[in-house]
Amino acid sequence: MGLFILRRLGVMILTALCLTFIVFFLTNLYPNLEKLAKTQGNMRMTDEEVVRWLDVRGYLEPLPVKYGQWLGVLPGYVGETASGQVTGRCISGELTADTAPRFCGVLQGDWGYSTVFRDGVWDIVIKRLALTGKLMFWVMLLMVPAALIIGVLAGMREGSKMDRSLSTVSIVSTATPEYVSGVILIAVFASSAVGLRWFNGTATGAMEDATFRNFFLPVFTIALYGMGYIARMTRASMAEVMTAQYIRTARLKGVSFRNVVVKHALRNALIAPFTVIMLQFPWLLNGVVIVETLFNYKGFGWTLVQAAGNNDIELLLGVSVVSVFVVLITQLISDIGYVYLNPRIRVT
Amino acid sequence: MEPLTWTGALGGVLNPALALACAAFAVTAVAQIVLSLVVTQPMPQGNELVAPPSLADHAGTAARWSFGAIVLIVLAYAVGGIVLPDPQAKGIVGLVSTRLLPVWIALTVLFAVSITFKRRLGLYGKLFDSTIGMIGFALVMFWVFAGVFGAMDLIVTHDPLAQISGMKNEPPGTPVTQDGVYPYYLLGGDNLARDVFTRMIVGAWEVIKIAPFATLFAFMVGITLGLPAAYYGGRLDVFLSFLANLILAFPVILLFYLLVTPEIVATGIPVYMAAVLFIFPIVFLVILFNSRFFTQPGKRNLYLGVTLVVGLWLYLGIAWNADPLGIIAFPPNLLVVFVSVVFVNSPTVFRIVRGIAMDIKTRDYVAAAQTRGEGPWYIMLWEILPNARGPLIVDFCLRIGYTTILLGTLGFFGLGLSPESPDWGSTINEGRKLLSIYLHPALPPAFALLSLVLGLNLLADGLREESLKD
Repeated sequence: MGLFILRRLGVMILTALCLTFIVFFLTNLYPNLEKLAKTQGNMRMTDEEVVRWLDVRGYLEPLPVKYGQWLGVLPGYVGETASGQVTGRCISGELTADTAPRFCGVLQGDWGYSTVFRDGVWDIVIKRLALTGKLMFWVMLLMVPAALIIGVLAGMREGSKMDRSLSTVSIVSTATPEYVSGVILIAVFASSAVGLRWFNGTATGAMEDATFRNFFLPVFTIALYGMGYIARMTRASMAEVMTAQYIRTARLKGVSFRNVVVKHALRNALIAPFTVIMLQFPWLLNGVVIVETLFNYKGFGWTLVQAAGNNDIELLLGVSVVSVFVVLITQLISDIGYVYLNPRIRVT
Repeated sequence: MEPLTWTGALGGVLNPALALACAAFAVTAVAQIVLSLVVTQPMPQGNELVAPPSLADHAGTAARWSFGAIVLIVLAYAVGGIVLPDPQAKGIVGLVSTRLLPVWIALTVLFAVSITFKRRLGLYGKLFDSTIGMIGFALVMFWVFAGVFGAMDLIVTHDPLAQISGMKNEPPGTPVTQDGVYPYYLLGGDNLARDVFTRMIVGAWEVIKIAPFATLFAFMVGITLGLPAAYYGGRLDVFLSFLANLILAFPVILLFYLLVTPEIVATGIPVYMAAVLFIFPIVFLVILFNSRFFTQPGKRNLYLGVTLVVGLWLYLGIAWNADPLGIIAFPPNLLVVFVSVVFVNSPTVFRIVRGIAMDIKTRDYVAAAQTRGEGPWYIMLWEILPNARGPLIVDFCLRIGYTTILLGTLGFFGLGLSPESPDWGSTINEGRKLLSIYLHPALPPAFALLSLVLGLNLLADGLREESLKD
């Protein structure tokens, strides 16, 4: 088991390196750098000025070198402006050319500086991640129990009316992407045109102080899309377990239907949904970006949109590292959890 | 001219009837589910145990009847709307139904023909045995026909980009202030005074012309790589699986934001990606024909010749925009959307194909083919692939739906497509900004996208059910 986790961790780090390199490559293409120079410096810069602006800041070094500097395995870039001032990757704030460390990359804990928010990348990511964490916590709290209940109720008597109606509900919910359900929910429950006005159409206030009124719609919108898929998986798993021999034996022994479901079937039926719930995280990230944009909730997804829209290279890298790690760690947890929950599988 | 009402002259009779039927259906449906928890005890009747009809069964019958009533009333709206002569009497529903007349005719013909010959049509015919499948198929074909006829200028009422002064954010059914065009904005005007109904129909064409082909390309890529990965295993499998997992670990939106920008289009990366991805269909077809017909050189050369000539011509036109005849051209911003959607979808298809092929390659008929001395590609493409078709067809339908959602996401974030584009994602994004005051610009495209994806999901469900039966 230890070896298995170690190997998975190795693959994980390799994946993260590859992915960050791809992000690095795409954000450091020359047209992107030119856009960055023009938005940060001056919109009317000539081509030579753009080149000089980029050169002084070390953006024109070869790609692997820049990547090494960002990672912290190569010494940070040091350059000189036209007026003779020494600039460099590691030189900022109170640090001068003499006192600055040679290496300043992710490995040294320096995630760089966001050109959009004018703040350290790590601080921004942590702050925004906390906000999204709050959103995700409530999404999970709503989505997982609801999906499991729907799935178990539908799967315990396959083909019954209850099964059919609940399955229809879950198909409809998987067919409704967040930007559709969000718009419909806002139209019905938050707009003055319909007049219900039960909830707020934006969740900006929920960043400070989340209430049912300003936070329910974004949470429900994300939960709705994920719920259908988990419920369908739970239903399939439950329906399969209910046809197993030991369930029939229990029924023939005279155990009540209720006890068969709760005590015998449920445990085995919940193994598959566990993996599905864990693997749902990458998709939820998608939903988070859409919903945070739709409801103007300034969390992690919103930051991603801002960073990508303005080609804020270091922030974008920080965001992608975090999201890639979230995806990979949930995959690891789902694998390990699957092995623990299902005694028939042994990892050697 | 007076603004139109929703239901026109029919409303007086049909609206209360519809409300009544809906209420009855809701009550009986809920009652049926709740009552089905109470199981009736079976009674001995002669030599058999028979469960007497329970309350749930009665509720079920009532629900079925009230649902039938709803369907009938909706049909009456549609047919009545077409039959009535005067626009005021037709109402908005009637006028929309009249505009959609070609779609209704095409759907009726399609269903009549398919149901008549369903026994001779294989899996497609069996679809018409499942209610769910039929509903799904009807929804999908509705939008396909609407898109195609819309592109042929049969349904749309206005120019999707034309702005008519005074029509900004006007509610549905407002008479148009300008002469010489269709006299109403059926579903109102949007924030730039364009017709919402027209944009919704033209948006369907945007989806219909991209989503199925992008999915098909993703399948070609996934199959061409997934089959050898499963069949040979070993290093190849490890490498390709790592690559697939790499792409899958990438958050889709981040990838879109990085790939679908004008700056990236300027660097030419989408063209190179297209060059790599679009070669797979040609490779796939060449191997497919070669592995089967290499013993009959005449036939093989004919098939390969046709594939290569047509394939390379399309390839040059689509990927490199260098069609020697100058017929095929692919706008660069559409290409980047197409490429990124194929790129995001193919690893998932790869994993599905690999999983199924791993299972099938242990079967006896594969061993028999190996003993016969068939080549590996023949076994993969002519023994394993046809036996994997059931799950693949089902996944194909689901994946078109998912691609539709992805296209909507791209539009929603304003990526790739031009800002004026009438596709559903962009229209929803535009409409949401004024959602608290005006509902009509955002809701029609939202419901259109919902119903198309729902239709594809139901179709996949019906196909799965029917393909499991044999």
